[in-house]
Amino acid sequence: MAKPRKPVAKPKSHAKSHAKAHTKAPARKPRVDQDVGVYLTIYRQMALIRAFEEAVRSLATSGLVPGLVHLCSGQEATNVGVISALEPRDMIASHHRGHGHCLARGAEPNLLMAEILGKAAGYGGGRSGSMHVIDLEHGNLGTNGIVGGGIPLACGAALTARARNSGAVSVCFFGDGALNQGLLHECMNMAAIWKLAVVFVCEDNGYGEFTAIDDVTAGDSIPARGEVFGIPSRTVDGMDVLAVRKAALAAVTKARKGGGPSFLICNTWRFGGHHVGDKQDYKDDAEVKAWRAKDPLPRFAAWLAKHHGISARKLSHIDQTVAAQVASAVDAGRRAPEPDSNALDRHVYG
Amino acid sequence: MAEPRILTYREAVLEALFEEMRTNADVVIIGEDVGAAGGVFKQTEGLFAEFGASRVIDTPISEPGAFGMAVGAAMSGLRPVFEVMFGDFMTLVMDQLVNQAAKVRYMSNGTAKVPLVLRTTMGLGANLGPQHSQSFHAWAAHVPGLKIAIPATPADAKGLWKAAIRDDDPVLIFEDRLLYTMKGEIPAGDHVVPLGQARTVREGRDVTLVAIGRMVEFAEAAAKLLAAEGIEAEIIDPRTLVPFDTETVIASVKRTHRALVIDGAPRAYGVTGEIAATIAEEAFDWLDAPVGRLAGANTPVPFSRSLEKLARPDAETIARQVRAMLG
Repeated sequence: MAKPRKPVAKPKSHAKSHAKAHTKAPARKPRVDQDVGVYLTIYRQMALIRAFEEAVRSLATSGLVPGLVHLCSGQEATNVGVISALEPRDMIASHHRGHGHCLARGAEPNLLMAEILGKAAGYGGGRSGSMHVIDLEHGNLGTNGIVGGGIPLACGAALTARARNSGAVSVCFFGDGALNQGLLHECMNMAAIWKLAVVFVCEDNGYGEFTAIDDVTAGDSIPARGEVFGIPSRTVDGMDVLAVRKAALAAVTKARKGGGPSFLICNTWRFGGHHVGDKQDYKDDAEVKAWRAKDPLPRFAAWLAKHHGISARKLSHIDQTVAAQVASAVDAGRRAPEPDSNALDRHVYG
Repeated sequence: MAEPRILTYREAVLEALFEEMRTNADVVIIGEDVGAAGGVFKQTEGLFAEFGASRVIDTPISEPGAFGMAVGAAMSGLRPVFEVMFGDFMTLVMDQLVNQAAKVRYMSNGTAKVPLVLRTTMGLGANLGPQHSQSFHAWAAHVPGLKIAIPATPADAKGLWKAAIRDDDPVLIFEDRLLYTMKGEIPAGDHVVPLGQARTVREGRDVTLVAIGRMVEFAEAAAKLLAAEGIEAEIIDPRTLVPFDTETVIASVKRTHRALVIDGAPRAYGVTGEIAATIAEEAFDWLDAPVGRLAGANTPVPFSRSLEKLARPDAETIARQVRAMLG
């Protein structure tokens, strides 16, 4: 069971690739558009995800969440940055650390929380849990319990878009752990030969479960894994929501125009462990400190203040609003009934 | 009255595909060599010319990814037919089949569905060896959320195919490739065979033979041998394993008081055990003998002509077992 945990090797090189992303990105203002309303929505979504995840952490620590739960605190900028570039007709496929994708795509916090708690009111009627939330109404093919499992689903939605000429774009999110799944390379190949409207988004948080990416990943370039198929591939600072959004907008626009797939690697970091309860003794203090300093929320708040004069009071009001929303979701979820026994074999077949 | 139309099994399937693709633009076919090549068994011949590359999609040899794409296409509105060239290659699509396709309806609380057909082969007998001769229908039938059809005649092939394409759940169709040249009459019009209705192939008073896929053909040959000896066998072809028409099978066993279940795949933990147990549970008081089972050898499928013959039931072994049950 015990896997070798190398606390030092990882942070160093992860920080290195991160720094590389910084030097690549020009120092000019990463302004994507001028609409402050868009920015405030982005802030609100990131704040909602953070508040939601921390509430789930608290519930799980108290033993109120059945099973294992994987949180995305720290990765809000990749979630929201990419999804803010999408239209309602577009589709995403998420992964096991996917609450943020669901919320950014428009999922109801109450229904998501109810599902995480295994309650009848949840997205899966309490039968799917955190790792299998499907919300087609908001163009979400689902979080996924199989590493890389959502990648072909998103590409399949792109086949549908092609067949119907709908102009919809698909995004598949996956972690660095999925980089070594054959499925990814098969799908990149097919997406490239068929010029599918897909954006492959790797949320590289440095760890596949409890193992540092560098311990299990050959070669010195992740973008090269897309470039080999002729797919434009680039690395962005995944803690900078505007940098992510800008790169995503470019990739989505290109895909929508028939330009085929792109590969976006977002360097990010999960503030928690693989799941709630993971002691994370594979991370060292310097790494924690360095990445905490990049927290995407205060960073974006500072940008909003500097470039748009958004007051701390205004942002604090947003924080309070989402906190109340989450508190209400927790309260409703805890009070919600368990599924009735008839739900056991409902929807096995149509 | 029009002349009865005789088609081969392969032609019957193709006819179903043409008809369904003409009436519903969401039906697409995805697989290796299904397009311009027309299929390794010529089972998709002509589709590419009529429907083009956007609906007859040739994939690289990347079964897991390509099948996963078919699942995503089904979730987002298409009705894909995905071809797994040999049943043995089912192993390559198992993750997307079992962990995604089979569970989407359940996990989404009924808000999402996967209307797709996975078509593959089954059955030994062509000397294709251990990795091109297996029959994985029992594996698939063990997974809640999947439906399993095994057409044994050209008419059933057409009818079950049309039902499968119109079904809103993932349906697996297993075809014994040695049936592709079988000829049979095809009913006129929009011939649909609903999933879950067994077919009484032959009526008889002495024993019920429940036969799967190509075993139906062998059971019919055995019944002829037995009839010459005064033994009348009733043959039931379940046509679909999931859903399973328990009622027709049990009603037959209650009339004949004996049952022999026949399948070509390995016997251990297979289809014959499940059906025999159902008969024992539901018709125990009517039975005059233990429920018999006849299935493939619990071995990899051997290559040599002489050994391969020993690895599955045939008319002779079926007749022999029936005589033993009645004796």
